[in-house]
Amino acid sequence: MRTVLYILQKEFIQIFRDKSILPIIFLIPFIQLVVLSYTATFEIKNVRFILVDHDHSSESRKLADKFSGSAFFTEVGKTDSYRQAIQAIQKDKADQIIIIEPDFEKNLVNEKRAKIQVVTNAINGSAASLMNAYALSLISDFNKEIMVKQFPMHFKEMPIKLNSSFWYNPELNYVTYMVPGILVLLVTIIGMFLSSMNIVKEKEKGTNEQLNVTPIRKLEFIAGKLIPFWIIAMIDLLIGLLLARFWFGIMIIGNPFLLLFVAGIYLVLVLGLGLFISTLTNTMQQAMFISWFFLVIFILMSGLFTPIESMPMWAQKLDAINPLAYFIKINRMIMLKGSGFVDIQKDFLILTAYAVGMIIFSTMRYRKTT
Amino acid sequence: MKTKETVIEVNNLVKKFGHFVANDNLTFHVNRGEILGFLGANGAGKTTAIRILTGLSKPTSGKVIVAGIDVNKNPEKVKRRIGYMSQRFSLYDDMTVRENFRFYGGVYGLTRKQIRERMRFYLKKLAMESYENMLLQNIPLGWKQKLAFSVANVHNPDIIFLDEPTGGVDPITRRQFWEMIYEVSDAGTTVFVTTHYMDEAEYCERVCIMSEGKIEAMDTPKALKEKYGAKNMNEVFIKIARNVE
Repeated sequence: MRTVLYILQKEFIQIFRDKSILPIIFLIPFIQLVVLSYTATFEIKNVRFILVDHDHSSESRKLADKFSGSAFFTEVGKTDSYRQAIQAIQKDKADQIIIIEPDFEKNLVNEKRAKIQVVTNAINGSAASLMNAYALSLISDFNKEIMVKQFPMHFKEMPIKLNSSFWYNPELNYVTYMVPGILVLLVTIIGMFLSSMNIVKEKEKGTNEQLNVTPIRKLEFIAGKLIPFWIIAMIDLLIGLLLARFWFGIMIIGNPFLLLFVAGIYLVLVLGLGLFISTLTNTMQQAMFISWFFLVIFILMSGLFTPIESMPMWAQKLDAINPLAYFIKINRMIMLKGSGFVDIQKDFLILTAYAVGMIIFSTMRYRKTT
Repeated sequence: MKTKETVIEVNNLVKKFGHFVANDNLTFHVNRGEILGFLGANGAGKTTAIRILTGLSKPTSGKVIVAGIDVNKNPEKVKRRIGYMSQRFSLYDDMTVRENFRFYGGVYGLTRKQIRERMRFYLKKLAMESYENMLLQNIPLGWKQKLAFSVANVHNPDIIFLDEPTGGVDPITRRQFWEMIYEVSDAGTTVFVTTHYMDEAEYCERVCIMSEGKIEAMDTPKALKEKYGAKNMNEVFIKIARNVE
């Protein structure tokens, strides 16, 4: 036990003496948190649309007003020519064209039906379907108003009244959804890089030979290497949570201590993985590339940017070994949903077993004798 | 303190890397307090042998007893009893002299008081008291080597292994280095040292000359010079090297 304390002392001296590593630990994560949380959003706020109104009637104007009055739409032009409107999309000056047929009002009154065409730039598929959905909801609103006006008897009261409410994130706020995930991501990146570079750095400098002739036990060594980064990553996480609370105004609905407890286990796992990579490699460059390889896969499959549920089945199965996927899920459950221990129990146990396994692995892999 | 007590006993030690035989059937012993010089060209197998003796590397076959303990069976137990200074400078460059002493002293289980006393003792001897709080990266190489030797000795080991400790060090510092070796030897520590420098071979009580993984000769410098009719160890070394070719 005393040996571990001496290793800890040495590691902390070295970390805090390294002028390039300190900003990496304590500055960059928070810049990234703030920047990413605002930019990693799927919301579409400014759909630039062009109105091609062939009718110029009061009804067509009402419909046009609905669009320009919406917070999601910005009118960037009016024209009578469909070709001009398409050109605007070609030049990326507009995203959507709303075309109202001639005799729109007349047809509405006489035929009880009229046509509107919506053309959307679908280079980005998911953005296009969102824009389309926005447009359709405005048009169906408009539709309802007309029906109520034209058939006041029938539509005094709609037969089925739809009232939707969104739970756990009532304003459908992306920042609320993204911040907890990004926070986990940043702590993971810091922890994994620092730990994977550590043992291999001693190998590169030749200092590990001197360590290996000492009676340090392997587990003492791994513990001495893991604990400093664990403390640093926990401090990073704490600062991040405070930022989430006071900068982004995200309240932790669940028990913050439960969150920290799970985070503590999760970090043992991440750091154990990093140390394992460090024992496998001989140069810092190798360690860097291997951890980067795993991190990219973990991140892309973590459910942070794309929902795990829409991945193919084999990918969902593969996520059983993705530590990031577990913790992002647990983290969102506790922070946004207020889940208690019972709710996260299963994932928590898997994480714990995984962490213990990783420590055993890296301890066994660390060789004092070659 | 020098006795006929054997502290290192090597029997039929073989180490192969694939088909390459780095140590070919080495058998020798070293007595307590003795200074044994391990000589040989680059690639003769000196470092391989020293790494096996310190438990850093496993032998392919053969028996190695160090300080009465079988290294192969119980490498961790041997490690409490030995000190090691490798070819590459291996103290922490980004830590001060005091921090290096404290770390290694602590790892070997010394008390804080013992660590402080040992450090003061060595710094005084090296006339480096004012360097206590200096980072090692700011200290010249020869001095760093003397510090590395002191740190390798911090726990008073029975045997100290030095792998080319004076490589790249100026003649005066080398001379001082050898004075330190004599001092620990007089105090009863066995010194096992590899070197390229033939003048250093003259300082050893016994030398072992290796070539292509085999021991070609092992005796006192005086006996070797007589046997080969040579004026100095340099000639002995060249004659043995020619014979091998």
